[in-house]
Amino acid sequence: MSGTSYVIKGARVLGEESRDLYVSDGAFAEAAPRGAKVIDADGCIALPGLVDLHTHLREPGREDAETVLTGTRAAAAGGFTAVHAMANTDPVADTAGVVEQVWRLGREAGYCDVRPVGAVTAGLKGERLAELGAMADSAARVRVFSDDGHCVSDAALMRRALEYVKAFGGVVAQHAQEPRLTEGAQMNEGELSGVLGLQGWPAVAEEAIIARDVLLAAHTGSKLHVCHLSTAGSVEIVRWAKSRGYPVTAEVTPHHLLLTEDLIRGYDPVYKVNPPLRSAADVEAVRAGLADGTIDAVATDHAPHPVEAKDCEWAVAAMGMVGLETALSVVQRTMVETGLLDWAGVADRMSARPARIGSVTGQGRSVATGEPANLVLIDPAAARVIEPGALYSLSHNTPYAGMKLPGAVVVTLLHGSATVLDGRVVER
Amino acid sequence: MAKRHLLSTADLTVDDANLILDTAQELASVAGRAIKKLPTLRGRTVVNLFFEDSTRTRISFETAAKRLSADVINFSAKGSSVSKGESLKDTALTLEAMGADAVVVRHWASGGAHRLANAGWIRSSVVNAGDGTHEHPTQALLDAFTLRQRLGSVAGRHVAIVGDVLHSRVARSNVHLLATLGAEVTLVAPPTLLPLGVEHWPCASSYELDPILPKCDAVMMLRVQRERMNQAFFPTEREYSRRYGLQAARMALLPQHAVVMHPGPMNRGLEISAEVADSVRSTVTEQVANGVSVRMAVLYLLLGGAESAIGNDEEGSAR
Repeated sequence: MSGTSYVIKGARVLGEESRDLYVSDGAFAEAAPRGAKVIDADGCIALPGLVDLHTHLREPGREDAETVLTGTRAAAAGGFTAVHAMANTDPVADTAGVVEQVWRLGREAGYCDVRPVGAVTAGLKGERLAELGAMADSAARVRVFSDDGHCVSDAALMRRALEYVKAFGGVVAQHAQEPRLTEGAQMNEGELSGVLGLQGWPAVAEEAIIARDVLLAAHTGSKLHVCHLSTAGSVEIVRWAKSRGYPVTAEVTPHHLLLTEDLIRGYDPVYKVNPPLRSAADVEAVRAGLADGTIDAVATDHAPHPVEAKDCEWAVAAMGMVGLETALSVVQRTMVETGLLDWAGVADRMSARPARIGSVTGQGRSVATGEPANLVLIDPAAARVIEPGALYSLSHNTPYAGMKLPGAVVVTLLHGSATVLDGRVVER
Repeated sequence: MAKRHLLSTADLTVDDANLILDTAQELASVAGRAIKKLPTLRGRTVVNLFFEDSTRTRISFETAAKRLSADVINFSAKGSSVSKGESLKDTALTLEAMGADAVVVRHWASGGAHRLANAGWIRSSVVNAGDGTHEHPTQALLDAFTLRQRLGSVAGRHVAIVGDVLHSRVARSNVHLLATLGAEVTLVAPPTLLPLGVEHWPCASSYELDPILPKCDAVMMLRVQRERMNQAFFPTEREYSRRYGLQAARMALLPQHAVVMHPGPMNRGLEISAEVADSVRSTVTEQVANGVSVRMAVLYLLLGGAESAIGNDEEGSAR
């Protein structure tokens, strides 16, 4: 696996002057190794391999939507070298057994470092803590805990979870959604929800939980990570918490950086997602928050669903969108082309910081001699029209179908071994 | 009318709306005949697809289609494969295979009719017979027809729509259509039952009923579901009735010519008192009768009617 050596010619690391990179034995080397394969990277941007804090791989339980293998192939195609597999599988990843299974499947697939996320509460039920320590001590070495899809709405339980994970340097990643304010909610609450007759999902339902949780994080001195924040108010609260030095981090999804609720006018469930698509003002705010570092990371919330889960009425459709294979392009469109982030900034928000938040060793490091050779090469001048059928993911519920997006992943290296070459996933 | 579907009154231009109302006026004359039937849609199939109980609306559409000589198939969620978990898509494909020319759909989910019309499952015309808390366009058309009949015109008239606007498809369809036809609309409801952003709708709104009544040409009372008070939208039925119900004393605040409307079914004693419901101002039964004429017009126009709906075809005996 680490046997192949590479000379990467003319890559612009973090968008700087082009230079040659050398890879051997899974790490970046000082000089050209003998017999190395040559990769022409003329015009390409080189970034450390991307790290996703929020991926639904669906295995075990929903292998009709995605498997660890298909999901990590999609991740590699999108330039990722590590993904955090969310806990809402069936059975739920709330025991050492399940997280070790997912971790092992990831190792066997060999396309990404798969970091299982452990459930905070048993069965995601929000009633009592799952065996967090057992998952932390398992071979999967879980450090991120989340009931994603469900909010740990009980304040006392959230407090204890935050305190408890301090024992092993864990972080609680909260899906911020006040349940009583969002019963039956279908889309962002605003003028449009009123017109469309779809029950509103108010911003305050997200913001109230984030406000409570940042205060709990401060009180307990524990690490809180805010999943997929989506409103201007949420950005403000996190900005305030960081200004006070609270141990809080946050992520935003690509779709909340680009898409707005106006797409819902035709009731096409491909746009149904949790949290919901918000207003243009919210999109502006999350972009600004990502640019100034209030939001630490872009996380895909890649949520594959089979065709029938979306080929139906809005109210009965599943929530979620696939995003691994389009994340980088959306970030290029929304953050790089707008001048809000340079490529070094992209590397920081999509690799370095998420790796730090997830305590992922060997990922999110700099492209420098001796460091693990986790790398993505991007052709920023490429443009592609997104075709759902051409995705590597087993599911095709992309909101970008037919949209022209900039940039293309040309090569992905995982610990010095190519998972993507010439823009295609390498078969193994 | 160049449209293939009727999904929302927001899609109707003034000309579209007037064409439907004028056609309905023509067709209304059929109801007075001994033989209430026209051959216009002979050989065409209209499916009433009901995912939610509404005997009144279904019967109205069924009568309309039959008066135009269409074949009618009633397909309801109860007692059919829909209740056994068949998807909307599969139901649609089945109807398509059976050769439905028009599907009249009532669905509990907002956007149900939009999905049926636009998901690429079927080619037939879709008529929205009520989708969730979104729209009920033929109700608004029959209300406009009734207003025209009683008041002579819709343009320039002031209409109050009172009650649970938040959950009302009737209110949404009426706001769009009445605005298009040039009426002035005021929504009256407690703040809990007005949608967020209502200030951007083409109408005014008020939390109080009494100051609005003296300037109204028509008051449209919306049905209020009793369960709403369990979700804290209002404290008790009595309080709702006191603040927003229409009783005889409050009706006296209306100008002499003003009418009282209700889409039915009424909660007598809650949003409307029996005295008001049975008064000469009440248009409730006319609304039901007009519903048939308006739905005849909609089916006729969507299924390709280009000329006068009844033409010279007296008693439907030509040919």
